[in-house]
Formats: sequence, structure tokens, C-alpha cells
Amino acid sequence: MKKVWVSLTYLVFLILLIIPIIKIFTGAWAEGWDGFIEALSRPQALHALMMTGIIVVVVTALNTIFGVMLALYLVRANWIGGKLKQLLNSLVDLPYAVSPVIGGLMIVLILGPSTAIGALFEDIGFKIVYALPGMILATLFVTFPLMVREVMPVLQEIGAQQEEAASTLGAYSWYTFWHVTWPSIRWGVIYGVVLTVARSLGEFGAVLVVSGNIMNKTQTATTLVYQDVENFNVLAANSVALVLAAFSVGLLLLMEWAKKRKEVH
Amino acid sequence: MHIEVRGLNKTFGDFHAVRDVSFDIAKGHLIGLLGPSGGGKTSILRMLAGLESPTSGDIIFHGKRVNDLPPQERGIGFVFQNYALFKHMTVYDNVAFGLKVKKTPKDQIRERVMSLVELTGLKGFEHRYPHQLSGGQRQRVAFARALAPEPQLLLLDEPFAAIDAKIRGELRTWLKELIERVGITSIFVTHDQDEAIEVADEIMIINKGQLEQKGSPWDIYKSPQTQFVASFIGESTMVEQVERLRGFEEAANWPGTQALIRPEYIEIGKRSEFRIPSATVQGKVKHLHFRGSEWMVEVEVGDIKLITYRSLEKDVLQPGEDVHVLIHRAYLFNDNDTWIMENKLKEDPMPIHI
Amino acid sequence: MNNLFRNRWWSFGFRTTIMLYFILLIVLPIIGIYGQSFRSGWGPFWESVSDPLAWKAVLLTLKLAIIATIINIFLGTMIGWSLIRYRFPGRRLLNSLVDLPFALPTAVGGLMILLLLGPNSLVGSLAQGLGFDIVFHEPAIVVAMVFVTFPFVIRAVQPLLEELDKSEEEAAYTLGASKTRAFFQVIFPTMLPGISSGAMLAFSRALAEFGAVVLVAGNIPGKTLIASVYIFGEIESDNPQGAAAVSVMLLTLSFVILWAVNLVQSRRLGK
Repeated sequence: MKKVWVSLTYLVFLILLIIPIIKIFTGAWAEGWDGFIEALSRPQALHALMMTGIIVVVVTALNTIFGVMLALYLVRANWIGGKLKQLLNSLVDLPYAVSPVIGGLMIVLILGPSTAIGALFEDIGFKIVYALPGMILATLFVTFPLMVREVMPVLQEIGAQQEEAASTLGAYSWYTFWHVTWPSIRWGVIYGVVLTVARSLGEFGAVLVVSGNIMNKTQTATTLVYQDVENFNVLAANSVALVLAAFSVGLLLLMEWAKKRKEVH
Repeated sequence: MHIEVRGLNKTFGDFHAVRDVSFDIAKGHLIGLLGPSGGGKTSILRMLAGLESPTSGDIIFHGKRVNDLPPQERGIGFVFQNYALFKHMTVYDNVAFGLKVKKTPKDQIRERVMSLVELTGLKGFEHRYPHQLSGGQRQRVAFARALAPEPQLLLLDEPFAAIDAKIRGELRTWLKELIERVGITSIFVTHDQDEAIEVADEIMIINKGQLEQKGSPWDIYKSPQTQFVASFIGESTMVEQVERLRGFEEAANWPGTQALIRPEYIEIGKRSEFRIPSATVQGKVKHLHFRGSEWMVEVEVGDIKLITYRSLEKDVLQPGEDVHVLIHRAYLFNDNDTWIMENKLKEDPMPIHI
Repeated sequence: MNNLFRNRWWSFGFRTTIMLYFILLIVLPIIGIYGQSFRSGWGPFWESVSDPLAWKAVLLTLKLAIIATIINIFLGTMIGWSLIRYRFPGRRLLNSLVDLPFALPTAVGGLMILLLLGPNSLVGSLAQGLGFDIVFHEPAIVVAMVFVTFPFVIRAVQPLLEELDKSEEEAAYTLGASKTRAFFQVIFPTMLPGISSGAMLAFSRALAEFGAVVLVAGNIPGKTLIASVYIFGEIESDNPQGAAAVSVMLLTLSFVILWAVNLVQSRRLGK
């Protein structure tokens, strides 16, 4: 029995994951090193990678800070009533249930040029939709639960007693957070950061809707892959996809490492 | 520090955890808060520490109301039930934490920590992490950590609950001696009466959120003021119709009165073992249990079942044997009152004082 | 710094900022989309939803998501089992690879499937020789959905299998149960909560999937146009009302599923 199941497992992995990865690799190198470099050094490719980079950095920074704080409040705060806390807690998961395209649509509906708020911002010369701020907002929405959901269980597990002990010893919130809470949740946060980076790097649907996918302006790496496929430029698509896939695999290794550290602590 | 608590109440939703508790604690005393689990002891302790805020009532330290002071400013030390040691810090860093917060100079921190480490017998363990220590050692670290910032009041929540029964006794004596040496006012919570009796100068019995009685262990044992205290402290057997026991016929004057009788107030033996046989009643040995240092005897008087102990030095009784039973005294109580009744026939008719 | 947090106003401001961020980012957009689709009452909503292309897209999404979920239940249970119960070379590598579909951008995932199944690939040409079409037809959509939801069931089943006390299974053997019987009466019931919550998560993700599907589906209206791609098309053709109406249908479905997952999990914890 063991042999059957193990070979079937291998077969599934081979077909679903390993062969396609190899395909992307060979596809990107179909015309050798030059073709790969040429596809990547197109101005729109460079610009798209830069946009993705900006989004990843901004989104990860914001969602890490706000995610950790919200997790702290949802687990520890006594100024939120029990019922309200439960409600907020279930609201955190909402973005999981929302298709990225719908996430993007929401932002267009609220902040688009034809809405009141959108028009207001446009008047003062600040474009949100079809520009970088909207793309960041969309990615923030999609990646929001990741950090909160990583940190909350860790906080629950360590309990409030070490923090209470610190307060009876004279330490205030800020000191307690950095000297007592942070060392315990550190690996959970790092794991959350890796997840957020991975997700914001790969976000496609929401960004596509919000950005309008304007070449050299609001195009990200993933929407560029989409456009290249639509234009039957498979080689170029493969090259950009290979860069993204390499990042993802790197992140996956980081995840494994962070997970192990998280278990030790 | 002198502590005063007035009309303290705490509710969690519909649950009334602490009801109208008031007490005074003199400076330098070691107080045990004793009572069954879930009775509100820990809530009282946490309110004293400022970790929980009272629903109503006043907490007064040194004549100053501290209700609105956060725990950081109350000058207390708290030892948590499972110690709550900072698990990513060494013993040294744990003990030094409270001093670092106060921005004490480094060399003073070192001096204070090392003297506490020595005092608590942890020398040589300064660089270990909590997970490398035994339960007893962790408890000592928690204690040293709480003492380091020189608090005026030490609060301990079930300090021995997580420790092996074998070394618990040893740690109790150690803690009592240490607290006496440091001379700090201390309050500890426990559900174990032996622990409270052995360690505390004074015991407060807490049940269902109420303070039942406060006094020295001996006072509480000798003259319990409520039925709960009588049944909670020491062992006892409950007797529904005490007037049927010889020497307690008077109890019939108070209908609805029940009695608690401690094993040590009951003597059993052959007729010849008693000075005043007329004060005894006839009983039958039901069961004998060997308790290591004595016999525990279940004896039946009519249909009343009593429990007592009998020295191993005396003749061995057999189940089914007829014996004489002398009941020295009983705690009587009804809905309004609690009092002690001595066996009326025991001293009469000719008292002989030795 | 201590003084900062002792100050009531600072801490109040701090709390408000965090909560506002949360409400503005998560709650407001969702209210917005429900508001938009019902803004002009039931009529236009009904009109948008009753467009045959719209409800065909939703039905197609449902059908394919169900198929993908069923496939994942089998694959996930089998792989979760093999990775926990057997020791074989490469086990740890495969175990880390499970998360790859989560880590990989979905557009890249779509491209991978396109390359795997495309007319020039081994699988694609084989199928074409047999008279099947995969890419730009329903099977490709199912494969894309299976790909992106691959980790859910596995990751939900694994901890349960790890927790399962070996002695429970051994007790069944000592009572004379055969291996098959022990599996179905002892092990399978333990895995069931994981399978069901994993499957529901996979299903809701499959319903919502866009990136991987849009590249392989061909998006022929009424045939291979799934709901999320339909919504995208409506946005592109500047019909936010239609997009919002279909979104509301899809969202409501997802919320129900999410709520059911929570229910299953809290029941399990309650036990």
C-alpha cells in the first residue's frame, strides 16, 4: 500500500508543480541567455518590477505595523467588549472570502474618478484609482489578514502573565512590548512578513482592476505577465514569470526556516 | 506597608466574584488567603496589585487610596502561580528586569541581583534560562525577581501549587523564613489549609467572594465563626441530629441545629480506658484504615457515623467490635448562629483537675 | 517614551488610528459594494443578475469549483496521509513544496498550467490526439482551480493526523479490526473535520480565483467565462452596476462558506 500512495503522491507533485516550474525555466531560456535578458531589460519590464517592489515594501511595512497592533488589541485589550471583539475578529477574515477582482472593484467603486471622494482627491491632484495609491490600497486589503492571523495565536499561547509580571515590576506598555512581548512573537511576525511579501508580490486580480494596467505607469510584474501572454509573447512572459517564481521559491525556503524557528520559540 | 481594604466588590458580567470584602493588614505581617478554588481569592490579590480594577470599594496603602494607580506605581511585587518568568531571559536578566526599568546604575543592579541570587540559593544559575531550571528553582527566581525592586508589599498567587509535593514542605519553610528576614508585608493565596496554617501569621478565609473569618491559624481552628470555616479547616463529620448523642441532649432546644464533630474531639476505646464512662455512648467499629502513623476508625453510634483516629500504641480494634465513644465537643450551627457545645456529662459530677 | 503611553490622549489616539485603519480598509469597501449594487433598488440588481451571461458565469463557476474541490479532497487526503504516515526519500522536500501554490503569484501559476497543458506540450498534444481539448476549455479551468487550492486540504488534514494517538489505531487492531476497517472507523473520522474545513476553504478560494483562470480559460462568454472574469469584463466595459451585482452574489456565497468553516472549527474546539 505504502508504495502505491507514495508513487501517486510523487506523480501529483510532478505533474502539478515540478514539470510546470521546469517548463517556465526552459521557456524563459528558449532563446538562450540573450532572449531572457532582452525580455527583462525591456523598459516596461523594468518599470513593472519596480512598481511591484514599491508595492511590496509599502504594503508589508504598513500591514506589519497595523497587523501586529490589531492582533495585540484583539487578544489583550479589555477596552473592547467581548461581543464586539468576536465581531471584529471574524471581520479580519473577510478579505479571504473576497475574490481579488471584487476587492479591486470595491476600491474603484468608492474611490474611482466618478465618485465623490475620488473626484475630491482628483481635484487636489491626487489620483488614487489607476495610480499607485489605489494599487497599494488594493494590496493592503488583500494581504490584511495574514499578519493578524499569524500573530494572534502566538499571543494567545504565551498568555498575558509575562506582560502582567512586567507591569508589576514597573514597566510600561512600550518597554513591556519591546522587552517581553516582542521576543516571544518575533518569529510569528517574521513568518507573517514572509507571507505578506509573497502575497503582495503575487497579487494580480485586485491590482489589475485598480491599476488599469497602463504600460510604464501602473503595470506590475504580474499584470505584465498577463499582458505578455495575451500578446502571445510567451518568451517574455516566461522570463518575468521566472523572476517572480524565483522570488517565490526563495520566500518558500524562508517560510520553512521561519516556521521551524517559530516552533522552537 | 499598612493595607486597608473597604467594601471591595468585583463582578465579571453576571458573576459576583468578590462581595463586600473589608480588612486591615498590619505592616510586616504574612497573610494567607485561604479558600476553595474559584472563591475570589485571586481576584482580591489581582485587585491589590492593580492588575484588575475593583467594581466598587477602596484599596488604601499607607493611608493613600491607590485604586487609580496602575500596577507600575503601586510598589508591589507579584509572584504568579506559574511564575510567568520571562522565558527568553536568563535568571540574571529576569531578576534585573525591575531594576533596569527604573534605570538603576549598572553596578548597583549587579550588586542587588547577586545578593538576591545568593539569598535565594541560586548562585551559579545566573546564566541559565527558565526552561533549564526545576520547578523549585523557578519559584525562587520568581521570588527574587519580585523582591528586586524592593517592593513594600509582596503578593503571591498559589506560590507552591506547581511544585512537587515532596519539596513543597521544604520551600514553605524557606519562604516563611525569608519573608521574616526581609520583613516585608506579604499576602499569599492558597487552597491548601496545611500550607496556610503552616506559613501564615494570619489567615483570611474566603468563600464565594466573601471574607468568612480573619484570624491566627489557631484562633480559626479553635473557634470557627461560620459553618463554612468549621468544615473547611481541619477534618470533621457532619451530624444531623446531634441531640441523640449522649451529652448533647440540650441541642434539642434549638430545632434545625446541626453539628460538626472533628475526629480529634472523639475518643474511642474499651470501657476501662475512660475516666467517666457515664459520658460515653455505645458504638460499633465499622471499618479500620491504616494511615501510616495511626488508625482511622469509622465508628457507628446508632445510625450516626463518626470518624476518629486512634494511636498505634493502643490495642488494635477489630471491625464489628463494640466500643465506648466519648465526644468531647461539637460545633453547633443553625441558620442564624454558630457556637461550641462541650459534652455536658464529661466534667460533672466531680471535676478533677490535673 | 513611557510618558507617551501613560498619557490618556495618546493611547486613545493610538487605538482610534488602528481601529479606523481596520474599519476603513476592510469594512467600508464591503459596505460600499453592497450599497452600489442595490443603489437603484432591486430592479437594476435583478436585471444585472438575470442577464443570461451573468448567471451562466456564476453557475459555471459553482460547477467547476465543486469539481475542483472534490478532486482536492481526494488528492489532499492522499498526500496529507502519505506525507505524515510514510518515510520516504524526498518527503521533506515535497512537504515544503505543498505551499508553493500559495507562494507563487497566481498569474505565474496560470502561465505554468498554460505551458503544461498547451497544444505544444506533451499532455496537450496527447489529449488532442484523443480528440480532447483542454486549454481554453473547462478542464483547464478545473486544473487551475485545483492548482491554486492544492495546499488547503493537505494543511488542514496534517495536524489532525499528527495528533492522532497511535494507540487508538493499535487498540482497533487488538480488537480484531482489519487495516481497512481501522482506517474507516478510527482514522478517517479523525481526519474528517480537517477534510471538511479544508475543502470549504478550497471551495471558497476556487470560487474567487481569477489570476490563474483568466490565462487558461479562453473566456468565451457562456462557455468558459467564470464569474470573476465576468466581473472583470464588466468593469473593463465600464458597467460597475453589473459587476457589483454579480460580485454581491459571489461574496454572499463566500461569506456563508467562511461562516460555516468558523462554525465547524468552533464546534471542534468546543468538544
